[in-house]
Amino acid sequence: MIVVFAENINGNFKKSTLEAVSYAANLAQSNSTSCVAVVLGNTDDSKNAELGKYGADKVVSIKSDKLNEFRAESYATAIASVASQQNATIIVLSNTSSGKSISGRIAAKLNAGVVSGVVSLPNTSNGFVVRKTVFSGKAFADVNITTPIKILAITPNTFDVKEFGKTASVENVEVTFNEKDFATTIENVSRVTGKISLTEAELVVSGGRGMKGPENWGIIEELASVLGAATACSKPVSDMDWRPHSEHVGQTGITIKPNLYIAIGISGAIQHLAGVSSSKVIVAINKDPEAPFFKAADYGIVGDAFDVLPKILEAAKKLKSATA
Amino acid sequence: MKILVCISNVPDTTAKVSFNDNNTKFNSAGVQFIINPYDEVALTKALEIAEQNAGSTVTVINVGLSDAEPSIRKALAIGANDAVRINAEPIDAFFVAEQIAKYAKDNGFDLIFTGRESIDYNGGLVGNIVAEMLEMPSINLITSIQIDSNNATMERDIDGGKEKLSCALPLVVSAQQELAEPRIPNMRGIMAARTKPLTVIEPSTVNASTPTINFELPKPKAGVKLIPAEQAEQLIDLLHNEARVI
Repeated sequence: MIVVFAENINGNFKKSTLEAVSYAANLAQSNSTSCVAVVLGNTDDSKNAELGKYGADKVVSIKSDKLNEFRAESYATAIASVASQQNATIIVLSNTSSGKSISGRIAAKLNAGVVSGVVSLPNTSNGFVVRKTVFSGKAFADVNITTPIKILAITPNTFDVKEFGKTASVENVEVTFNEKDFATTIENVSRVTGKISLTEAELVVSGGRGMKGPENWGIIEELASVLGAATACSKPVSDMDWRPHSEHVGQTGITIKPNLYIAIGISGAIQHLAGVSSSKVIVAINKDPEAPFFKAADYGIVGDAFDVLPKILEAAKKLKSATA
Repeated sequence: MKILVCISNVPDTTAKVSFNDNNTKFNSAGVQFIINPYDEVALTKALEIAEQNAGSTVTVINVGLSDAEPSIRKALAIGANDAVRINAEPIDAFFVAEQIAKYAKDNGFDLIFTGRESIDYNGGLVGNIVAEMLEMPSINLITSIQIDSNNATMERDIDGGKEKLSCALPLVVSAQQELAEPRIPNMRGIMAARTKPLTVIEPSTVNASTPTINFELPKPKAGVKLIPAEQAEQLIDLLHNEARVI
């Protein structure tokens, strides 16, 4: 059995969750077994059943007010219990902030080998080998998981959401928790609404020191909004507080792998490239023709951002109104 | 308060990544090793907390061979009171966590810090495995922490936002970049570090559950297609019709 953690936010499934479900369903298919999705918190079963569309054969739902709040301890207990009940041999989750908090705990509970940042399906021709990114995207490692139970935390934006068109049954189950599973008190959760989260974004527009100051970010934000992209920045920019730390991509910031990464006024230092080099298509805009970013880019424009950006913005608006 | 900070010895962020022994080992020739940047942030925060709570101590622990000692000495120079090195090659997250959990259990700590992840292996797993083994709560990606007697109030990054939470000690936390501003060790610290205790402990036997069998470098890009600045608007057309990403 393959068990996948289907993370929800207020009852809704994010793209990263659907990617994980499709990945697990793929694995289930090649292992001739079924794919069970675990949903935690008070959710709507008709919505949960929709996970069948993305490959789940069954949805196990654990409903409890206490699970409406994320705690690594209670979530790990719940997922590990379901995995044991279902005799799971593989547990799949997305390597999101929640996924990162629980994969290690589940591994310790089940004595399972765990790999985070997985970017391939397992190769079982000789062992159980999965590929993961290392050195913040500067390289890959092939890792053999030798334990009977295996946990794979897959990188968001790596695998396609596939339509399997199955109908999933929903089963409500109960799990015994330990008092310690609820030791933390969640005081306040604030999510930016209407903004695309950087790790999940398919398109990213990013600015560096070449933007000269925070007051010039308007055009980056406008271009991002026209394209439906998230905004990001280089380390110097967040260090100078031009932009929040949460936008900093690179080796010591967030590692992203969108379909399109547009770097404006970023030279392309090795630490920055490490965090973005897995992007499918990279555009570099820089007035310095020697900027290292041009070596890593697919498309390049040597020119002043302030001359170039209005032209691109105009063309993007035209395209969007033509395709709208 | 007793604080434990787990540190990893990693190649400098500017290091060129290459492999040898048939792509099975990181090629460390000519590479400078440093304290994992997130662990250094964690260490700084631990020291700030210790300074605010009289009688506190900060111990750093590393699972590594003797080549990690310069990084451990640097942690002592920055201000840690003492250090422990578990004398073993860090094979995988489970192995490292087991060694740390055993030491922590034997010695009792109120607060255990790790960095968000190591910048070499990017696992981000050790802290949570340690927490589970010690039956402690674990809070990932914290951006602030305040200790009030036996209680910690923290903020942490979640997908698309922030969360504020509190928890009684003992506790395991992982540091996000903005948790603290790393300190540069001063001459007094460097001198003092030479005589601070660094205990070397032999590892307990743990089998690797996720051994790395080989490494590979990504394929180089085919080359950049340059668009003249005067015709920058062409970019949108190329991205739409050629690259098909918008």
